[in-house]
Amino acid sequence: MAVKVVIPTPLRQYTGKKDSVEIDARTVGEALAGLTSQFGDLRKHLFNEEGNLRSFVNVYVNDEDIRFLQKSQTPVNENDVISIVPSIAGGFSIRCICT
Amino acid sequence: MATLTIEPTPQLSNDEILRYSRHLIMPEVAMEGQLKLKQAKVLCIGAGGLGTPLALYLAAAGVGTLGIVDFDVVDFTNLQRQVIHDTDDVGRPKLESARDTIHDINPNVEVIPYETHLTSENALDIIKDYDIVADGTDNFPTRYLVNDACVLLGKPNVYGSIFRFEGQASVFYAQKGPCYRCLYPEAPPPGLVPSCAEGGVLGVLPGIVGSIQALETIKLILGKGKPLIGRLLLFDALNLKFRELKLRKNPECPVCGPHPTVTELIDYEQFCGIRGEEYFPDTKVPEITAKELKQMMDEKKPFVLVDVREPHEYQICRIDGAKLIPLGDLPKRMHELNSADNLVVHCRMGARSARAVEFLMKSGFKKIHNLKGGVLAWAHDVDPSMPRY
Repeated sequence: MAVKVVIPTPLRQYTGKKDSVEIDARTVGEALAGLTSQFGDLRKHLFNEEGNLRSFVNVYVNDEDIRFLQKSQTPVNENDVISIVPSIAGGFSIRCICT
Repeated sequence: MATLTIEPTPQLSNDEILRYSRHLIMPEVAMEGQLKLKQAKVLCIGAGGLGTPLALYLAAAGVGTLGIVDFDVVDFTNLQRQVIHDTDDVGRPKLESARDTIHDINPNVEVIPYETHLTSENALDIIKDYDIVADGTDNFPTRYLVNDACVLLGKPNVYGSIFRFEGQASVFYAQKGPCYRCLYPEAPPPGLVPSCAEGGVLGVLPGIVGSIQALETIKLILGKGKPLIGRLLLFDALNLKFRELKLRKNPECPVCGPHPTVTELIDYEQFCGIRGEEYFPDTKVPEITAKELKQMMDEKKPFVLVDVREPHEYQICRIDGAKLIPLGDLPKRMHELNSADNLVVHCRMGARSARAVEFLMKSGFKKIHNLKGGVLAWAHDVDPSMPRY
């Protein structure tokens, strides 16, 4: 079942400039795994070495933060929208983890 | 409903009544609200992109006291979005320029300038006298500092942030809802915020986000409407979409949670990982100055010049003979370079090219140098006719 993942501006350079991607998934974790297997460069921007979401990147299902749902186990249904929302600050952002 | 208790002042002059007449005839503002605005004290952190519409609209609306914290000087690259400053203001302190523009718009506003960095030492002292803080900062250490200071003092913090085509806005008011740390417990670590991340910003964007901050500030003062507390507004200018996400108070929040571990202001540069050498990853790679590069060219020494900027930057200006390989393409285009050649790598200021040099050295390139200061140094020291950006 396909859910839409909305990609924020700073990370679109790692998704071939796409602002959203459709992924088949039953949970948020599956959706993010699918997303990062499709766009490998995205992985290190979303997850730390332990495989946990970075603390300056939040993920929402529709308008709810998954930290207050079931985190990566949060179920998703058809037509749900997953949003990746990183912290942004003027000239500084997470866009540049170049090498 | 917001619940600031700002006592009305006695009255408005006839000139003020005329000036604010379009407010006074609205029941949501009326005389009572206009007097609250006149009595209100708002502190704007920064007189830049977000600070511009904040200061302009708050002043025009009749906010009585505007504090502004900024230590910067107006430069030409500010004018594309910071419309509180004029071309003639280039070189002047932003505070002076902003104060003059504010007084041109509304001489009734008292402007209190703070020509300083906001620091852990001065933040509480500066903020304590204000009713509301409007945060227009462009960096993480100051943002966490403003957040924590507002939580500790019980002040609402009207937040805005921008990047390229995207903006965020919210009202962090720990007494009523979440704070910035509830949203993002930590800042991106230093390795993830290199100086090459100067992403640019569409000039209109801070105008929109800063105007939303001004609106929320005025609503808080008036105590009208539904404030942006517990909600994060996302604005995508490119697709012209506004979205709203729910923000919840984090029960484990280190500053506004029930068991806070941050009970006084800390070292925010350290918290955000910005300290000393870590911030300058380019200090370790071999460097060459612009003048030395020019000398190599004049002496016709054989070398290959590699430009690791983006194609749109290459279009603005370039050093003759440079081969363009954007940093992100370097791993897959490394085969175009020969490790037997002398290589000089450059970008705009030297940080991205330092990473490129570091990467190429790890891949076995030994005869390689980073152009110190990038094309900006070249324009400054060798070719003054080159445009700077």
